Amino acid sequence: MMEYNQVTEADLAVLAGFVDRERLLFGDEINEEYSHDELTSERVYPSLVARVVSTEEVSKLMAYANEHHIAVTPRGAGTGLVGAAVAVERGLMIDTTLMNHVLELDEENLTLTVEPGLLLMELRSYVEERGFYYPPDPGEKSATIGGNISTNAGGMTAVKYGVTRDYVRGLEVVLADGTVLQLGGKVVKNSSGYDLKDMIIGSEGTLAFVTKAILKLLPLPKKNVSLLVPFPTLEQAIGTVPLIIKSKSVPTAIEFMEREVILDAEEFLGRKFPDNQADAYLLLKFDGNTMEEIASYYDDTAQICLDQGAIDILIADTEERSAPVWKTRGAFLEAIKASTSMMDEVDVVVPRSRVNDFVEFVHQLRQDIGIRIKSFGHAGDGNLHVYILRDDLSDEKWRELMRLAMKRMYAKARELQGQVSGEHGIGLVKRPYLKESLPEASLVLMRGIKQVFDPNNILNPHKVCQM
Amino acid sequence: MNILVCIKQVPGSNKVEVDPVTGVLKRNSADAKLNPYDLYALETGLRLREQYGGTVDVLTMGPPQAKAILYEAFAMGADRGALITDRKFGGADVLATSYTLSQGIKRFGAFDLILCGLQTTDGDTAQVGPELSEQLDIPCVCNVRQIKEVQDKSIHVVMEMSEDMEDLQVAFPCLLTVQKDIYEPRLPSYKKAKATCERPIETYTLTDMDDTDEKHYGLSGSPTQVQRIFPPEVHKAQEKWQGDGQELAERLYQLLKQQKFIV
Repeated sequence: MMEYNQVTEADLAVLAGFVDRERLLFGDEINEEYSHDELTSERVYPSLVARVVSTEEVSKLMAYANEHHIAVTPRGAGTGLVGAAVAVERGLMIDTTLMNHVLELDEENLTLTVEPGLLLMELRSYVEERGFYYPPDPGEKSATIGGNISTNAGGMTAVKYGVTRDYVRGLEVVLADGTVLQLGGKVVKNSSGYDLKDMIIGSEGTLAFVTKAILKLLPLPKKNVSLLVPFPTLEQAIGTVPLIIKSKSVPTAIEFMEREVILDAEEFLGRKFPDNQADAYLLLKFDGNTMEEIASYYDDTAQICLDQGAIDILIADTEERSAPVWKTRGAFLEAIKASTSMMDEVDVVVPRSRVNDFVEFVHQLRQDIGIRIKSFGHAGDGNLHVYILRDDLSDEKWRELMRLAMKRMYAKARELQGQVSGEHGIGLVKRPYLKESLPEASLVLMRGIKQVFDPNNILNPHKVCQM
Repeated sequence: MNILVCIKQVPGSNKVEVDPVTGVLKRNSADAKLNPYDLYALETGLRLREQYGGTVDVLTMGPPQAKAILYEAFAMGADRGALITDRKFGGADVLATSYTLSQGIKRFGAFDLILCGLQTTDGDTAQVGPELSEQLDIPCVCNVRQIKEVQDKSIHVVMEMSEDMEDLQVAFPCLLTVQKDIYEPRLPSYKKAKATCERPIETYTLTDMDDTDEKHYGLSGSPTQVQRIFPPEVHKAQEKWQGDGQELAERLYQLLKQQKFIV
């Protein structure tokens, strides 16, 4: 493979003709945060960071990088968990966070057109203030929408509403050679050839650079109620989920959580969780237009939970009641992170009926190999977040135990007919597990697609399917 | 210990609409809820009962549909509920409200401790609690941030003042208004809600009171004259600080200290 060129002073002088010099960070001007993402221990500084403000700038930068064989790494808010935004070949990093505008709310087509650097929390509050709803709800609200599209982020509402891909109607992308392309659009249906838009979604910046997205909106449900359901054991809690799904009830979210993770979050947030009577909980959310309508949905679910041994059903029916519960749930990742020296994660997804098998396996695993492991996740869609904690282990021991734990968990996920990643992506660090889990023919197709989109391999090299 | 918690039904949203012609708040009973501040008072009562025994009863004044919040309180663990309701009580200001409550309380029972939320989200006066204690002629402590200990004849509390904290020992019977966050309020229980959905509620109208003189209640018992009601201006205060790290850290520390996030 041809070696990549780095950005030199001479390149900088040219690039400053495309992008204001003050939005170009070169050498020592590059802040430490650009060398890594949220979780992975990989640290590499790009040789140049460009804080772009327009599609035109991205196009010119890409054309130049393509011509001069400089690697390009797209970066949003840097909240990724798998190293997709680490500039492995240094080169040029394109930061989208200044492209953070809402471009158009089209109420006749129920679409919102946005730039990629808009934060998810900004997007949500913008549409909700206007009575619309953008359902995908990943835990990390300070991620950019571009990042969400790149990983096909899911989140807590997937059980009822689906994932990011289900809400992207159209994309504007810049190809590796600088060509600007519109994919999809405001159309509701589209059977016009291969769906290139869907191929870009979840490609983690390896196929094209997203510069605009047309998102599908729904009318905002007027009311919602969360049920916090304490169970004597986690097994009982998770065992109840397939029965809830089978009952044709339609919660927007079914999360599971354990006492020990709640305690971490209490300490992290400095505020108490509204209940402490159980070791395990399910957290469900229902939405609708009236409280009566919602109560008719959750009555059956409540009865199923009680039949399965739930201690009670606690009802969070107002903003002040549901906020502390969801705030705690939203803080789990950061709270676990704060409770240890270093950690790595597994984001597997298994069929919903097998979640219990996987969680039991993880409980056993931590005893078998003697390492602290904490988990929580989306019981309703089978996507689990499992964190392996280093604590005070030596470098060598940490690597050994972490690899062993990972290997066993991914093997178990395969056995249960699951997938390597539910929503965080493959990026840099999950590639070996993707290789083990997918048939060679799939990987060959993926590499072929990458070759067609990016013949010079400048776009986020060494990620996803490039081993 | 017999505890009474005074609670109120308030509009479900902070964005209350005001009728531009009459200046009256548009109350929509379909979108009403238990005053968020009262959740802390109720939680305080329930915690004290768990620790020291006794009963926690709830009382509200409002239209018949305000019963809903009494049942909500039952679902959180309250024992008995009473509703003070009469068209003649409508339009009451702080004075008439607290007088009506004091009359209702005399009917409802004898209490060692009366707990109120700091204020309501619709009236926002924070005066009904202290004025009720005047009507009942019992001592009152407002802004209670912590309950340290309950003794036979008194309670040891911490009151938050604007600049500092004050430790107080108050003799029973007394009234406390509690701060938000004194405890994290529990969530209503589905099981308790099902078990208490038919629990009888005592209802008091004007004719049930010791004082049946209409002039002391509602609009006619209210010396407050409302000229105009209007939604407050919304301020989203933002400050931008610039300076070196040391200077900004010191400033941030002082602010956090002033706001009592750190001691």
